[in-house]
Amino acid sequence: MKRRGIFFWIGAIVFLVAIALMTKLIGNEYPFFAGYVILQFIVLAVAWSILGGHAGYVNFGTSAFFGMGVYTAVFLFKVAGAPLLVQIAAAAAVGALMGFLLGLLTLRMQGIFFSIATIALTIVIETSITNWRYVGGAAGIQLLRPPVTWPFSGYVQMLFFVQAALVVLAVAISRYIQNSWIGRGLQALRDDELAAECTGVPTLRLKVLACVISGALMCAAGAPAAMYLQYADPSSAFNLNYSVSVLAMSLIGGTAHWAGPIVGAILLGSTQQLLTVTISSEINVLVLGVMLVLFVVAAPEGLIGLLRRIRRKEGKS
Amino acid sequence: MTPPDAPLLQISGLTKRFGGFTALDNVSVDIKPGERFGLIGPNGSGKTTLINCISGAFRTEARTVLFRGEDITQLPAHVRTRRGIARSFQIPRPFRSMTVVENLMVALDFAAAAGDFTSAAHRHETAMSILSGMGLASKADASATTLSQVELRKMELARAMATRPKLLISDEAMAGLSSSEVDEVLDLLMSLAEHDITVIMIEHIMQAVMRFSQRVMCLDAGKIIAIGAPNEVMANQRVQEAYLGT
Repeated sequence: MKRRGIFFWIGAIVFLVAIALMTKLIGNEYPFFAGYVILQFIVLAVAWSILGGHAGYVNFGTSAFFGMGVYTAVFLFKVAGAPLLVQIAAAAAVGALMGFLLGLLTLRMQGIFFSIATIALTIVIETSITNWRYVGGAAGIQLLRPPVTWPFSGYVQMLFFVQAALVVLAVAISRYIQNSWIGRGLQALRDDELAAECTGVPTLRLKVLACVISGALMCAAGAPAAMYLQYADPSSAFNLNYSVSVLAMSLIGGTAHWAGPIVGAILLGSTQQLLTVTISSEINVLVLGVMLVLFVVAAPEGLIGLLRRIRRKEGKS
Repeated sequence: MTPPDAPLLQISGLTKRFGGFTALDNVSVDIKPGERFGLIGPNGSGKTTLINCISGAFRTEARTVLFRGEDITQLPAHVRTRRGIARSFQIPRPFRSMTVVENLMVALDFAAAAGDFTSAAHRHETAMSILSGMGLASKADASATTLSQVELRKMELARAMATRPKLLISDEAMAGLSSSEVDEVLDLLMSLAEHDITVIMIEHIMQAVMRFSQRVMCLDAGKIIAIGAPNEVMANQRVQEAYLGT
């Protein structure tokens, strides 16, 4: 266990160093534009799996949290010209609060009712933002990036690195949860909520905790998007595509292990980027649907589940 | 705190209604520490409802259920478990995505953690010793989904035991078992009672109830119709009517 932890952190540091080197060595901005989106989806998918995977509560509100992150950043930037890190930290706090309230209100409901409530949340928040003139209303808002700070050569490179750091943070948290008593409790309540409660698991408290952590990470992942696009509008910030994509990524990767959502996000995220460039952005949705159907039929536990099954078979033969 | 001969569990004037249906009607009973208590009654008489009120799946009015002298009616189920009330389920409810030993680890992580900060290795050891006491040690690393019916029943009891209960409620742990398996589970429950654990056993298998219980209570339509020594209760006219019909 301990040794695995060391390997994990070495891997994380190597990853961040590689990202930092990339920002120095690659001159073209496009790889950062595309890579940023994939990194963002990794954070979202990992965050989604904390509640959706461990606890088994399907959250369709990813776009609500993501959009809230975007608009927290927009608001702080407009009101005080707050720097990027402040925007992200504030977004995480807003996300945690949102997760707490959503959790408290809806996690007493089980299964499908929670999912429906999360969709409702998205619509409520999007409608409120659309009618809030100060942050641009329905027309959206233009943002002018401040000059980039050392050691980065360009703002996109900086955002790319920041999002990579968020990936490490999200994965470290998800991995910690999986290996700790929190993960065991969430797994127990996913299997059988009444039995978990009667075995001493504080089910409501754990679910709310998972919702808070998940929400904070999703909001944090959304915050840099305002500066990334230099523009924000409600219909794209709260686009339901985020919810659907993130759900698909987590399920395709597999939620039984913390690495599953990462694999899913990289696979689906890069496929989407590739298709957007080569064919059209509309075909994304089609590919998403087809892949989801294929996986539900062929590998219901995702790539991680498929891998485990193959390994178990090899072990037997 | 409480004197040694004070009842472990006091139920007084407990009534539970579901809409217009009265599942439990003014039930009052005291259960002494270390007692082996049998709970019988025809289907739908309120046995499981009573268990749910004690273990916390259903909420009831204040001060109708006292455990070790304290009102527990406002506590959620997981707190009651930590205070020492464990139960098994009529239809086994294992954690299906886990192995047998992991099922017990949930109990050790959450229910027993309050107070003793033991290492993970020590908790694993405790889980294994409970399992071997139940004759399940060889199945420790098997998935809970691969267990047979009798093994599932035993695992439920083992998981309940891992919460370190003072009161164990066994809800028809022998239903659907063969007669030799019934004896196995009964022996297990008897051995628990020897370890100072109070056991409430719900059961339809009369030989088991007669052999196990020091005291038997019979419910019918939510009311206590007889309570006392097993022989007396069995001989009771109303009990026979409730079971056999008039």
